[in-house]
Amino acid sequence: MQMLAAGSNKDDVLAKTGAVVGLNNVTLSVPAGAIYMIMGLSGSGKSTLARCINRLNEPSSGKILLDGEDLVPLDEERLREIRRTRISMVFQHFALLPNKRVIENTEFGLKLRGVPLQERRRRAEEVLSVVGLARWAYHFPHELSGGMRQRVGLARALATDADVLIMDEAFSALDPLIRTEMQDELLRLQRTFKKTILFITHDFQEALKLGTRIAIMSEGELVREGTPQQIVLEPGSDYVAAFTREIDRSRLFDARSIMTAAQGISQTATGSVTTKFAATGEPVFIVDADNRILGALSATDQRRVNGGTSPGPLLSGEYVTVPANAKLVDVARVYRSGQPMAVIDESGKLIGTLAAEQILSRIAATSHPQPSSPGDQNV
Amino acid sequence: MFDAEDLYIFPVDVWIQKGVEWLALNLRPIFLAIKWPVETLLSFNDYVLHQIPFPVFVLLIALLAYRLASRGIALFSAVSLIAIAFMGVWSEAMTTLSLITTAILICTIIGVPIGILCARSDSVWNIVRPVLDVMQTTPTFVYLVPVVMLFGVGTVPGEVAVVTAAAPPLIRFTNIGIRMVEKEMVEAGLAFGANNRQLLWEIQLPLAIPTILGGLNQTVLTAMVMSVVVAMIGAEGLGLVVLQGLGRLDVGRAAVGGIAIVLLAMMLDRITQKMAQPKDVKAKSWFRSLLALLQIGRVQQLPLPTGRRTV
Repeated sequence: MQMLAAGSNKDDVLAKTGAVVGLNNVTLSVPAGAIYMIMGLSGSGKSTLARCINRLNEPSSGKILLDGEDLVPLDEERLREIRRTRISMVFQHFALLPNKRVIENTEFGLKLRGVPLQERRRRAEEVLSVVGLARWAYHFPHELSGGMRQRVGLARALATDADVLIMDEAFSALDPLIRTEMQDELLRLQRTFKKTILFITHDFQEALKLGTRIAIMSEGELVREGTPQQIVLEPGSDYVAAFTREIDRSRLFDARSIMTAAQGISQTATGSVTTKFAATGEPVFIVDADNRILGALSATDQRRVNGGTSPGPLLSGEYVTVPANAKLVDVARVYRSGQPMAVIDESGKLIGTLAAEQILSRIAATSHPQPSSPGDQNV
Repeated sequence: MFDAEDLYIFPVDVWIQKGVEWLALNLRPIFLAIKWPVETLLSFNDYVLHQIPFPVFVLLIALLAYRLASRGIALFSAVSLIAIAFMGVWSEAMTTLSLITTAILICTIIGVPIGILCARSDSVWNIVRPVLDVMQTTPTFVYLVPVVMLFGVGTVPGEVAVVTAAAPPLIRFTNIGIRMVEKEMVEAGLAFGANNRQLLWEIQLPLAIPTILGGLNQTVLTAMVMSVVVAMIGAEGLGLVVLQGLGRLDVGRAAVGGIAIVLLAMMLDRITQKMAQPKDVKAKSWFRSLLALLQIGRVQQLPLPTGRRTV
């Protein structure tokens, strides 16, 4: 430890003491209810980090705070208590007991806790039906496919009602199609359960898809931490950039992240507008008092309105609206050449505009400075 | 000058003789204490095995073999037992069987816990392993020396020798079985908050069972071999038949003893071997076993219950 503090690196420590440095000075804070991805290649220390959380690996120094309680100095008794009630775990190779039926595996954590048979059976049946395996409760794990077995692993972890879930490469041993299915399943479950999930993976795509935030590890150190979008936009180092190069940006970013924030031009109750349009050559959206779009006004028509014509009859319905949370891949699908795009929020209010080049430049790997100008026209 | 015969300097034989005499004199209560439970259990088993009527016993073994192993082995067991009876050595065979079953019982009671201790602590294993090594490389014949000196001659000292010879494989396999349980399984137990006892009973022992049963098979075979060898120190049973046959140059009688031993050994080996093999878990109730066995000509398996079962 002193060597590390004094600035020696991992190789020096290994050479001088024979001790392998698993993790060096990693500090993370995981927000409750988030899926927090710990991503790294093999040997990067990601599993070591996650296993320190429930002390399957004993950290040699440092703190693990769970709601303010430090888990490192805990005695056996209290640690078991935490493992039984607060933190549960899903394993890469499922780790189901082959001699026990699915339902017995599911209720395993409750049994260890001493919950009476009937109660834990009921709870296990409940959780099994949540993961869609109610029919298989009285079968043995070897009768199930890999994806189904991991659902049992997930059910076992959910059954204890722990609020923290460690998923150690939980989907890595599954076929690609089943993996995608399980990822969607996890996202679906997470909407109901709102657990704090620590998900270890070596798959950057998986990290982007599931993660609320991602921590990237290398050589036992934390190299980058942030939301998926932050990491892709600003990798910060060549190591991280190498991961981001191949990914499908159109599925990662939504319309809100690249739009030009804009307010429409309000039309007064009498059907006139009080603003003079600047000659930008761009179409403008006219909105009502609630900021809902009434129609688009082309550049030519803007000049006519400037000249005193009432905008009402000139408004065109030839525009496209996309919700703010639509991924770019879907935005591109509804794009019509020559028609302006409006970004609306959940209540249908106009919050921004999009141009084709904005979509293209974000999907392409080049990182352009984010257009950040506020609405070109103000009321 | 360098003739090996002239180099007799250490009178090891004398030392050992003295040492054992001292042990036999001073530690007599200990050996009696060891002998008592063995004697009680052995005479009980011997009594029971001799009391069960022959046809009932054949049927019981056949059922047991069917339930634990397969139809073929059940058939083989029944035929073997009947052949042993036809050769006129039924009573001796039962005595040998009582030596073996008692040894299995005692070995399990002693061996499995020692094996568990070994698996849980490297320092215990480091002490036990060399002892097992010595015990397993010692020819069974050599066991008889200390046994005779400390326990005397007869069937009960013979049983002590059988147990001593047969216990090591079970200890070894129990230790290995528990140590070989996948790390992830143990971690799963720990991650869900299992304490040491729960870890052992819920995860380690159940997953080690196939290996432990493999050890039990070895133990049964060693006990079989030893139960014959101990005829030399006066233990009764099939071994004595062979020994007496040889002594009187009665080749026929010796051969009958030999054949009966082989049949018994094969029967026990097949049954315990099948037990150790992982098989798909299916419910073979005793009643179904009986039914199936009675319709021995029919080849197909009875339909097994599937789907949800009451718990």
